[in-house]
Amino acid sequence: MALLELDRVGARYGPVHALHDVSLTVREGEVVAVLGANGAGKTTTLRAISGTVSRSGTIELEGKAVKGGPEVAAKAGIAHVPEGRGTFVDLTVIENLKLGAYTRRHGSVKADIARIAEYFPWIAERGGQRAGTLSGGEQQMLALGRALMSRPRLLLLDEPSLGLAPMVVREFFRIVRELNEKEGLTVLVVEQDAKIALKASARAYVLEVGRVALTGASDELRSDESIRKSYLGY
Amino acid sequence: MIVAAFSDFMQQVVSGLASGGIYALLALALVIIHRSTGVINFAQGEMATFSAYIAWTLTVNHGLSYWPAFVACLAISFGGGVGIHRVVIRPVERGSVLRIVIVTIGLLVGINGFVIWEWGGEPQQLRSPFGTETYDVGGVIVAAHDIGTIAVALGIVLLLWLLFRFTKVGLALRAVAVNPDEARLVGVRVTWMLALGWGLAATLGAVAGMLTAPTVGLDPQMMQAVLIYAFAAAVLGGIDSPIGAVVGGLLLGVLLNMLSYLSQYGAFDWFTEELRLPAALLIILVVLLVKPTGIFGRPEVKRV
Repeated sequence: MALLELDRVGARYGPVHALHDVSLTVREGEVVAVLGANGAGKTTTLRAISGTVSRSGTIELEGKAVKGGPEVAAKAGIAHVPEGRGTFVDLTVIENLKLGAYTRRHGSVKADIARIAEYFPWIAERGGQRAGTLSGGEQQMLALGRALMSRPRLLLLDEPSLGLAPMVVREFFRIVRELNEKEGLTVLVVEQDAKIALKASARAYVLEVGRVALTGASDELRSDESIRKSYLGY
Repeated sequence: MIVAAFSDFMQQVVSGLASGGIYALLALALVIIHRSTGVINFAQGEMATFSAYIAWTLTVNHGLSYWPAFVACLAISFGGGVGIHRVVIRPVERGSVLRIVIVTIGLLVGINGFVIWEWGGEPQQLRSPFGTETYDVGGVIVAAHDIGTIAVALGIVLLLWLLFRFTKVGLALRAVAVNPDEARLVGVRVTWMLALGWGLAATLGAVAGMLTAPTVGLDPQMMQAVLIYAFAAAVLGGIDSPIGAVVGGLLLGVLLNMLSYLSQYGAFDWFTEELRLPAALLIILVVLLVKPTGIFGRPEVKRV
């Protein structure tokens, strides 16, 4: 069954339409990538899902319509890691993680922090440090850790590779895959870096000026040279 | 002579800490609103005056004894602060800062007018819960009200610190101040947190108002000068720093009293009571010129 279903979703910023009729599906336990050039509507797609932009069409999570603002989406189990490392720079690492668990009613926050520290061992030693003093890569990992604290049904990642060194990007995606394989985490990831995103995902959608231009299994997209050249630019 | 000078000095310190404690509370209220809504709330003083009148009418007209009236006044003020945010601030919040500022100035005028209309312009007496006694502590004469004021101010600051530091709601309030968009993504209901901030600010103002009225007399204008001192305290400590507001308030209270004290002993003998308020304004100006972030403020770091 589809965990997330977008049916002819449109979105706009004021009078500017950024998204026209985007339909896509994410199944439980899948990693799905959304690719495309700058301005294709990748970020807007995620914003439409989490309700940070005004939208049309229907969005369903586990068959239930997702309506309202981001606080409603968060409660429904959608964890959105926005572009440019969404951390609270003035708060400590631990406080950032605690905020991730804000919508949760049960379960031990402490135990979850310990669980997340298994993926990011440095968190244990640097919990009291202000997030703003972390390196870019560490902030991106913290943003991921914070999203996990909500025990999400669906994780939305927006351009996690942005501004990070290739080695850090590889490490980030390695952890995402591990989370997917070990814990069955469902992920929808938006990336400019098509190469790494296709490697990490099972299926992908390619957007072009606010529409789905192409979709298929990541392996097939990767091995088709004409697609790679005309849509993915590598 | 030296002994007399020393006990005089200590007396000025104690009464400076008492007035400084009041400045600190009101400055803290300004900081809380500035951090969340991004503006200086010009109505903060009038809100405090209104609260003091509520306490007065509860004791005089409704027969409550002081402390029950105190608690009831805090609750009413909290509700009033939340209400002000929901009804008049929230509709203009998405607009420019100037619009919110103008609304707070409107509130200043409106609340002041309401207070005069409801309770009249002539001064009333709100008694101090600590009495009017003075004590002689090793030659230093201290007023019970001053000691009580310092204790209450520090107690409130401590409670607030505990709230911000150790509770989930406190963490959410801080998150909203750091990054409201991000806070929404983790599920914090930002508009309610902002309303809560206004409620807390109004409550702090209520305490400041109730502690001010016994010494200067309860009248519709009583908090206007105190608000200027609170501005100065907040700017001195750093407009976004709660600790700065507290330290700035206490420092300002003592500093102004020191000027009075020194003028008694010849230095700065031109310094009279009338110059206290201009001195506070001068402090605002100097801090803004020399170190705009104040003592505890961190310069805003922008990622480019």
